[in-house]
Amino acid sequence: MPGSKRWSTLQRVRYIGKPIVFTLCLVPFLWIALTAFGLTGDDLGANPVETLMDYFGTLGLRFVLIALAVTPLRKLTGWAWLSLFRRMIGLFAAFYVSNHFLVYLILDQGLVLGPVIEDVVKRPYITIGFTALLLLLAMAATSTFAMRRRMGKRWQQLHNSVYVVGILGVWHYWWQVKSASDILEPSIYLLVLCLLLGLRLYWRLARPRPVSRNANRANPEGAA
Amino acid sequence: MLIKKPDDITPSDITPESNYLSRRQIIAGLAAGVAFPAANVRAATLPLAGDLGDVKKSPLSTDAKPNSWEDITTYNNFYELGTGKSDPAKNAEYLKPRPWSITVSGEADVTGTFDIEDFIKPHTLEERIYRLRCVEAWSMIVPWVGVPLADIIKTFKPNSKAKYVSFETLYDREQMPGQRFRVLDWPYREGLTIAEAMHPLTIMAVGLYGKVLPNQNGAPMRLVVPWKYGFKSIKSIVGIRFSEKQPPTSWNMSAPNEYGFYANVNPEVDHPRWSQASERRIGASLFAKRAPTLMFNGYAEQVASLYDGLDLRRNF
Repeated sequence: MPGSKRWSTLQRVRYIGKPIVFTLCLVPFLWIALTAFGLTGDDLGANPVETLMDYFGTLGLRFVLIALAVTPLRKLTGWAWLSLFRRMIGLFAAFYVSNHFLVYLILDQGLVLGPVIEDVVKRPYITIGFTALLLLLAMAATSTFAMRRRMGKRWQQLHNSVYVVGILGVWHYWWQVKSASDILEPSIYLLVLCLLLGLRLYWRLARPRPVSRNANRANPEGAA
Repeated sequence: MLIKKPDDITPSDITPESNYLSRRQIIAGLAAGVAFPAANVRAATLPLAGDLGDVKKSPLSTDAKPNSWEDITTYNNFYELGTGKSDPAKNAEYLKPRPWSITVSGEADVTGTFDIEDFIKPHTLEERIYRLRCVEAWSMIVPWVGVPLADIIKTFKPNSKAKYVSFETLYDREQMPGQRFRVLDWPYREGLTIAEAMHPLTIMAVGLYGKVLPNQNGAPMRLVVPWKYGFKSIKSIVGIRFSEKQPPTSWNMSAPNEYGFYANVNPEVDHPRWSQASERRIGASLFAKRAPTLMFNGYAEQVASLYDGLDLRRNF
């Protein structure tokens, strides 16, 4: 960013990068909200509830995968500042997955809790989707620096569950697909997830063994 | 290698040509109104497009308000034209509903290959406004135009061995681009017991809203069995076969634990992956509540007796 030489990287991220990324992350929400009110020239189709549910679910999964892509991208490019966007992207993942759930809970099920509880307990793909939602909400609720400091080591343990969320999310999608040709889209997410988790595994295995005095030191960078 | 596997030998293969030519004369005779003196309504002709003309109203129609033409023709499942709900409408142009012939085979006195016109002409077209319940838990109200399947079946004089009727959709990758993917074991197959097929609610539909059936909804001719999940109502039919044994059916072959042969709408028997207790009405507002699903899709009074003594939980 020429012309902003007086600013540190941190300031550039805070005052330029973050507002831009925040707006970009919000665009899909604004788009569908305007569409729902017929303001984009498009509409939600014959089954608007299904359209909204699929839309938010897919977006949520994409944001989880984008959040998981931040660290590998940082390592590959050497752009350390990428990590500064990770929390925002993770929060948007939680936001879109929450919308997905709220559409199901309020618009689809009409807030009648009996069938919802039955679904969560009895239908494995809903059970795993709901589990992923709870994990995301727990991470969102503890995403502040104050919480991070207060929770100490357990913070990292909790936030490592983003890997589990990625797996549950793809699985949740995969499981409700009806036929072989519909598997294309979840297959792409599975491939991306495998790549992102595979890179981490590769780096972990390829990393030289830590010297003994560092062996117990927590990873200072958080989730890798 | 393109070595075509020979089809099973059907009675029609053995039937001398002169025989089935004479049978065609029988059918032509029926067309002339010998067996069906439908006094006040003229025999149906089947145009390629546009209005179907005079269509008899039916007391079997529901009073509920039908879904819009738009909803019915742009939101449906027809995997031969794509697996997305809007794919069939987008790919409809590939399907050529003329010329079209239907082969009737198996346990019947009259078998052979018939042109769609001759097939429908002897019968009286009726409007049947039916509830449609998809196995995916959504529903519509559809104003079909068609002919009672029983009327059609009678003309082929099934014999006493005909316990089941099976149907086959066109298999042609040019006309049905979805068949390029092995989503299902093509061609699509469905079947009914002879009692289900002869039930007055069961129709062969050739129209929608008084107009010729659009390609994406299964032109030129499709089955409609309103008390069963939608996938039983096979589209773009080219084959009808009478058999003694229960025929294999596509979704049952694909996932036998999820889709049974009967596939009667039943709110008490859930799909393994979702509840069948309620349904979302297509065309309702974003804030509309789900509606409770009715036993046999609300046709229990007419059809429940077909299943007396049958365990509907086991025979789902």
